[in-house]
Amino acid sequence: MTIDNTPVELVTLTIDDIEVQVPKGTLIIRAAEQLGVQVPRFCDHPLLDPVAACRACLVEIEGQAKPQPSCAMTVAEGMKVRTQVSSVMADEAQKGVMEFLLINHPLDCPVCDKGGECPLQNQAMTNGRGESRFDGEKREFEKPINVSDRERCVSCARCTRFADQVAGDPMIALLERGSQQQVGISDDQPFDSYFSGNTIQICPVGALTSAKYRFRSRPFDLVSVPTTCEHCASGCSLRTDIRRGNVMRRLAWDDPQVNEEWNCDKGRFAFPYVQEGRLNQPLVRGEDGLLHPASWTEAIDVAAKGLAAASGATAVLAGGRHTVEDAYAISKFARAVLGTDDVDFRSRPHSTEETQFLSSVVAGSGLGVTYADLEKAAHVVLVAFEPEDESPMIQLRLRKAVRRGRTKVTAITSHVTSGNKKLNATVIATAAGHEVSALSELALDANTIILVGERAASVTGLLTAATKKAKESGAKLAWVPRRAGDRGAVDAGLLPGLLPNGNSLTDSSAREKAADIWNVENNTLPFAAGRDFGAIVHAAVNGELKALLITSVDVEDTQHSASTLQAIENTPFVVSLEIRPSSITELANVVLPVAVVTEKSGTFIDWEGRPRNFGQAIREHNKLTDGRVLAMIADAMDVLLGQQDVAQLRAELAQFAAPTNRVDAPSHGADVPNGLTLSTWNQLIDDGALQEGEPFLAATSRNVIAGLNSKTAAAHSIAEGDLIEISTSLGSITVEAIFVDGAENTVWLPTNSGESKVRTNLGAAHGNIVTIKRGGGQ
Amino acid sequence: MVLTPILTAHWDEADSYKLEGYKRHHGYVALAKALKSDPDSIIQTVKDSGLRGRGGAGFPTGMKWGFVPQNDGKPHYLVVNADESEPGACKDIPLMLANPHALVEGVAISSYAIRANHAFIYIRGEVPHVIRRVTNAVKEAYAAGLLGQNIQGSGFNLEVVVHAGAGAYICGEETALLDSLEGHRGQPRLKPPFPAVAGLYASPTVINNAETIANIPYIIRNGADWLKQWGTEKSPGFKLFAVSGHVKRPGIYEAALGTTMRELLEHAGGMRDGHTLKFWIPGGSSVPMLTEAHLDLPLTYEDMAAAGTMLGTGTPMVFDETTSVVKAVSRWLQFYKHESCGKCTPCREGTYWISGLLKRLEKGEGQETDLEKIDELCQQIMGRSFCALGDAAATPFPGAMKHFRTEFEAGVRTAADIAFDPAATTIFSKANV
Repeated sequence: MTIDNTPVELVTLTIDDIEVQVPKGTLIIRAAEQLGVQVPRFCDHPLLDPVAACRACLVEIEGQAKPQPSCAMTVAEGMKVRTQVSSVMADEAQKGVMEFLLINHPLDCPVCDKGGECPLQNQAMTNGRGESRFDGEKREFEKPINVSDRERCVSCARCTRFADQVAGDPMIALLERGSQQQVGISDDQPFDSYFSGNTIQICPVGALTSAKYRFRSRPFDLVSVPTTCEHCASGCSLRTDIRRGNVMRRLAWDDPQVNEEWNCDKGRFAFPYVQEGRLNQPLVRGEDGLLHPASWTEAIDVAAKGLAAASGATAVLAGGRHTVEDAYAISKFARAVLGTDDVDFRSRPHSTEETQFLSSVVAGSGLGVTYADLEKAAHVVLVAFEPEDESPMIQLRLRKAVRRGRTKVTAITSHVTSGNKKLNATVIATAAGHEVSALSELALDANTIILVGERAASVTGLLTAATKKAKESGAKLAWVPRRAGDRGAVDAGLLPGLLPNGNSLTDSSAREKAADIWNVENNTLPFAAGRDFGAIVHAAVNGELKALLITSVDVEDTQHSASTLQAIENTPFVVSLEIRPSSITELANVVLPVAVVTEKSGTFIDWEGRPRNFGQAIREHNKLTDGRVLAMIADAMDVLLGQQDVAQLRAELAQFAAPTNRVDAPSHGADVPNGLTLSTWNQLIDDGALQEGEPFLAATSRNVIAGLNSKTAAAHSIAEGDLIEISTSLGSITVEAIFVDGAENTVWLPTNSGESKVRTNLGAAHGNIVTIKRGGGQ
Repeated sequence: MVLTPILTAHWDEADSYKLEGYKRHHGYVALAKALKSDPDSIIQTVKDSGLRGRGGAGFPTGMKWGFVPQNDGKPHYLVVNADESEPGACKDIPLMLANPHALVEGVAISSYAIRANHAFIYIRGEVPHVIRRVTNAVKEAYAAGLLGQNIQGSGFNLEVVVHAGAGAYICGEETALLDSLEGHRGQPRLKPPFPAVAGLYASPTVINNAETIANIPYIIRNGADWLKQWGTEKSPGFKLFAVSGHVKRPGIYEAALGTTMRELLEHAGGMRDGHTLKFWIPGGSSVPMLTEAHLDLPLTYEDMAAAGTMLGTGTPMVFDETTSVVKAVSRWLQFYKHESCGKCTPCREGTYWISGLLKRLEKGEGQETDLEKIDELCQQIMGRSFCALGDAAATPFPGAMKHFRTEFEAGVRTAADIAFDPAATTIFSKANV
């Protein structure tokens, strides 16, 4: 992270006779805050452009006949400001506005979701009159089906400004005028923004409520816990509100360095999975071939015996959802207990080039490019990365930077996406698989940041090219994975050939050190780099493995779901650590339930490399972390790892010093596919396992379509709106074709949405060859 | 007093609205003259003439033009505010109907002065006949090479767009007008930046009232001093006074600024027979009302301000003794409630509340505390709203209370329609004639 040392020009003014110095350009309302003077406000929001509409923040400024809105006026040298603290004019103006705000506001606080945490309620008490003088009829609105209580609205325009300015989704707007003014949508354009939940949170009254939380709880019944979002690598700070052991809602929490005050709707609403349909007790497959509930003692015993018996032919499929502590526990368990280096967290498509890239460039590299860097960069290049879908906070931060006019964005992607448009990005339309040459041709400099996404792994030579490009031009490079646990998994060494903190397994001194920390004999650790995820699956399909340990893997993520299931079936002994039943637990010999994020503490490492610690939100439960469960298995296998609680694991991981001999950077040439290729990535809101049980959220997912260039379509006699069939040798998908502004000879599909299950039905990755033809009917 | 027919001089001619008719009386001579001079000298002439904006606020026109930054590399725009919507105001509409070319020529000269190559005439949407007329005048001017590319060989290009409003009083507020012109919902913008720096499409923009711009050709043709032969030092020139209400001959009277209301009343034939003046309002419902006692005050910006009111649009509304002040004020508040854009709290909620209270006073169902309450609510709006619409809405009641308190007090018991026969106040009433 770079520290900005530019001196700040200060302005001296007095507020309520107290002299204060603030940076030039500060709004009066912010300057007053620094003195502890809270001027009332509704429309004001530090992250939105001032609008001065609600007039609640009027203050007296010496020399001005009328009171002025402190939320829209910047400080000036020698200015004398008087707030309600020392000015009758300001106090009366504020009280007057407060009275006006309340005349049409229903007194339904006892049934309003906002009651108890409502800025209007609070400020009516602090800056309003005790009694209303209004005895007329209040304005009324018909109740539509949506979740806006229009009569509660105070027309502060926070929601509309958020949607327009921050999210770039101006799908809500103020309609009508005067007291009939209301927030509404266009008849043919619902508010399908990935960020709509933020409008609920910044609504200063109860006009916008969530379908999920509406009428469900009272603020004073909730216990609020600071948490970190588990859905992607953006690293959002959240507040989880719990009532009697149940998560009632989640809010974006204020972290200026990361998510500011925002989050995405997935992070806000996709939490039913933590409660519903959980695995609650261990299962062991009996002699009848069925899974039966078992005691922990029995299940651990069976797991330990099975794994011990398979010694020398075991592998670990880890998944990308783990906290860094759990990832570390798994990494350690594989090497120190199972003695295998066949371990990989990358359930999604990957490559040996990526293994090398992650081991050499990412692992143990600590805090690299930050959100603040993005905001300051002159140029940001997105390579095989769609921030709106894959890391929404990057999308918002880039949009903020672009709106300020200092940053330009270039995207190397198959077509112009809605996300690109909101960033005013220059799109270098590139057929999937051909990104290497597009990137090589770009002229970049040291003021550039290259963000490379997870699908770069399936384009041969792309990670090499990105690394090289950054080195040559001085541009900064960051890898933005999609899952919250991915970066931590890399740091924990959940890759073949990689020990924690970027140390190489084949580096004998690093291996000795690891054996020392793990308190095992050096010769019990594997010597040679093992298999990656794909190779493990391949080996298992061929019956080469005797046991598999699988932790939090969804087969729908893997390159070809059927092969993965075949691999599990062909492996004699499978232990699964999972939170909910899945197609993998169904095939496992032992299923051990583990804790979800709310039930444990831990750390996610976000894409920046920033540790995002969080505490346990729900205490009363019977779930153990993966680390604890593995410690029990190890114990039963006569390898004493200790308690392996979170703090212990964290401390142990910190003992791994930075590597002296790093893995070599990848050097793979481009291997350009010859034919029509598949462009694909996961949409933010899709059929991901952690989004289950939230129909309101699912309803805002985007239409499932195949996007392709009109020329490519014409070449295959496809018209817009036709159903088209996209196939590989493994299967096909039939969806509606929509023309996009993009490269020829490539077709885009969402990876895991509705009918478009790319992994299950095509067994394909981004950049792979597919065939298309017109199919179905219109 | 004598009338000073200048803008109105030839309205009685059959083709006054056509290019030919306009040209017969030195039309477009000023444009030719202007195009040969330095734009800055035109700004200076307008400054020297002391012309003040005719839209209501009376801001010096030349000074406004001088605020436009020059050589800034941005396009400049001239926007004519012809969204005449103020209750009682009816001067721009007749002007555009009878003498549209004065406006078009004024647009060309003013655009040349401020270095604008694009001008917009924003006309109230409810008057399609006026929109047609101005559109035709613009077409005629284009055809005659008076607008468009390389006007009269001067190298100056000007495109003029006639834009119809969509029916909102707020769009007469200059920044709301800009929003509306850009295709947004009309709501006033936060200032700064002021339109002279960042107005239409975030570029330097001058917004002038139609009557102001129509003055320009005459000033350029005759010189700055010519205008000063009328009016006062602070209010030079002449004005279209649109007299309406209970007078015998309502209409447009073009006279020197400083003319008194008594003189205007004489021209308008006096009050209806058998009736006496009750109150009058110098310039639209947004300025406080005056009475008989103020008839001899000169109608200038400064004298009206000294009397606690404003010249406003210079369109006096005259009311005789058959009028219920309570009902009049109530109607105005209904208007402001209906037209409040909703952006700021004091105006949005204040007009809603006050109009409700006035309605019940009008019905004779008021409460003892209502008058004090309305007065306080007006104070809660005045000076605290986002734009002048709020202030305007807070104006009629305190002004009326000053002169007719007892009538409002009666509203607690007696309905306005009982105290004042609604038929008697109509213009077609034969009662007492």
